[in-house]
Amino acid sequence: MLPYIARRLALVVPVLFVTSLVVFLFVRALPGGPAIALLGERATPEAIAAFERAQGLDRPLYAQYGSYLRNVLSGDLGVSTRSRQPVAEELLQRFPATVELTLAAILIAVLVGVPLGFVAAKRYQGPLDQASLVGSLIGISFPVFFLGLLLKYVFAIRLDWFPTTGRYDITSSLDTRTNFLVLDALLAGDGAALADVLLHLVLPAVALATIPLAIIARITRAATLDVLDEDYVRTARAKGLRGAIVDRRHVFANALLPVVTVVGLQTGLLLTGAVLTETVFSWNGVGSWIVEAISYRDYAVLQGGILFFVLVVVLVNLLVDISYAFLNPRIRFR
Amino acid sequence: MSSAAWTAWEGADPVRPPAGPLLSVRDLQVRFVTRDRTVHAVNGVSFDLDAGQTLGLVGESGSGKSVTSLALLGLLPRRTAQIPAGEVRFADEDLLHAPESRLRQVRGNDVAMVFQDPMTSLNPVLTVGRQLTETLRTHLAMDKQQARDAAADLLDRVGIPDPRRRLREYPHQFSGGMRQRVMIAMAIACRPRVLIADEPTTALDVTIQAQILELLRGLVETERMGLLLITHDLGVVAGVCERTAVMYAGRIVETGPTADLFARPRHPYTLGLLRSVPRLDAGSDLPLAPIPGSPRDLTDAPSACAFAPRCAYATDESRERLPVLTPVDGDRDHLVACWNPVSDAQRVSSA
Ligand SMILES: Nc1ncnc2c1ncn2[C@@H]1O[C@H](COP(=O)(O)OP(=O)(O)O)[C@@H](O)[C@H]1O
Ligand SMILES: [Mg+2]
Repeated sequence: MLPYIARRLALVVPVLFVTSLVVFLFVRALPGGPAIALLGERATPEAIAAFERAQGLDRPLYAQYGSYLRNVLSGDLGVSTRSRQPVAEELLQRFPATVELTLAAILIAVLVGVPLGFVAAKRYQGPLDQASLVGSLIGISFPVFFLGLLLKYVFAIRLDWFPTTGRYDITSSLDTRTNFLVLDALLAGDGAALADVLLHLVLPAVALATIPLAIIARITRAATLDVLDEDYVRTARAKGLRGAIVDRRHVFANALLPVVTVVGLQTGLLLTGAVLTETVFSWNGVGSWIVEAISYRDYAVLQGGILFFVLVVVLVNLLVDISYAFLNPRIRFR
Repeated sequence: MSSAAWTAWEGADPVRPPAGPLLSVRDLQVRFVTRDRTVHAVNGVSFDLDAGQTLGLVGESGSGKSVTSLALLGLLPRRTAQIPAGEVRFADEDLLHAPESRLRQVRGNDVAMVFQDPMTSLNPVLTVGRQLTETLRTHLAMDKQQARDAAADLLDRVGIPDPRRRLREYPHQFSGGMRQRVMIAMAIACRPRVLIADEPTTALDVTIQAQILELLRGLVETERMGLLLITHDLGVVAGVCERTAVMYAGRIVETGPTADLFARPRHPYTLGLLRSVPRLDAGSDLPLAPIPGSPRDLTDAPSACAFAPRCAYATDESRERLPVLTPVDGDRDHLVACWNPVSDAQRVSSA
């Protein structure tokens, strides 16, 4: 198991190296540049040249990339051209918001999607199966952005059950030490703050969870149907085990394997969704940070933010592979 | 075999002599009904099995052997399988109408099964030990330690070396033959009185086949189990079974003591089967000849001899009326369902 993890970890380095190069070139391929974005369309050529010289943007690309890479390796992600804050500092400030949101979403997607898919398979072609089929089709085809706006309009604005934007009530006295607000509220032992933070989390998390939930439900259903036909399930029944034990120990444990893989593949999709969801709900995470950075051509922020997303995807998939191996002895004992 | 757990296990089930046969099946019918079609898989099957006896159920693939065996324990898919008629009695208890809770007590405990493919019949994500102990713990109320000891003894009994270590391993770490031994160990764990083995050697290579059959034969002898051995391979039947029932299109077409049936097959289908397998034993002078044609489509319930379209002996009656099992030459032990059974003279001249 350990050599396996080490091998997988070693792969992270080249992946990050290649993506850093791609992202570096990509942000520079965007039309316009930080100078025009910041100084305006009518800025004089002299002013633009001066800005680019100050930022080092007049140097050849390879030289820029070389110093960028050197800085990144020493933990310096550059400075935002807009806020003039170090990117690493802003990232540390913002990433807990995104992690909290995506974790909540994946939790909803798994905790609802897996049981739903399993029960649908057990009641194959019954009313619940049909309903979940239609439901998940709708879930998959609904654009996240639109769903976010809809949820916000209905449940926050019309019904006023949930707050419309933000992560917590800023008039409260919550000490946002880690910026994982659920954790902060727990650490403070502040029940009211926890309730407030969770209320803020519900709508964006549900909006973000919809598509992964639908996909996870479909995959769980298909995997369960496959496993129900397996010979070892017949063996388990022929032993005289109770139906619930056959389901849990023999069907579910095997049906979970493909689901775990899909959860990993969903991370990329989830982060893309987070960009939109954060914008709709003014959620101060990495997603909305990137969206703002695009209009300012804020190269350092874009590079830092996207590289962070890549790192998350890579790490989550590593985690998924490890848990897959843990669940599947055929891989664990090779 | 001398450990404390084994002794406890040995005393678990006192053997009562049953009044009738141990397992008795009468006129069993099974069909699968789906939206677009009906399959008449089993169309009136009857047989008896006594303690210590081995009955071979043979027939080409698709003749309804597996469906018959699954029907005995209520293991057919509930959504599509129907059992419109028939009787299954185990130790004088009606199993066909027993509630699911009672069937669960019988399965794996009184009547156990071994399936064809040991590669797919074991759960890949559970250790072999877990799969063995769960049967013991379900039926014999053993605690963890007792069950582990008994499981190790079981592996030892079916000829798996180093049982304590192997209990911690997963199915993919065993070879095909060893996996089938594990399946057998699981099946005999609760000392069942009937063992149903559905093509237990079909997926294995020839030398392993012989070992597994030897193991089963030994178990029948020491445990006095009744063994229903399902196979499409007459060679397997010849070596192991006292009695043989030949199945075609969901019906038993001929049944009798194995030696008698092999020496004097009465049904043209039995004769065809015997001719289509290469036989290693001496004294076989019949040329190898596969049965022409393909098995009957099972969409309709049979109303005539199902084998007639493929049969050289078929008469008008064969094509019109359903033959039932009748004694051969007044021998109540050897029955054949045929309007024009093969006579001794015909058999010799056709060879
Ligand atoms: N679950 C099922 N649904 C529909 N038809 C089935 C099902 N199981 C078996 N059958 C059909 O029943 C017939 C007998 O099958 P089976 O008992 O498996 O044959 P055998 O074991 O003798 O090879 C075949 O025609 C098969 O296609
Ligand atoms: Mg079969």
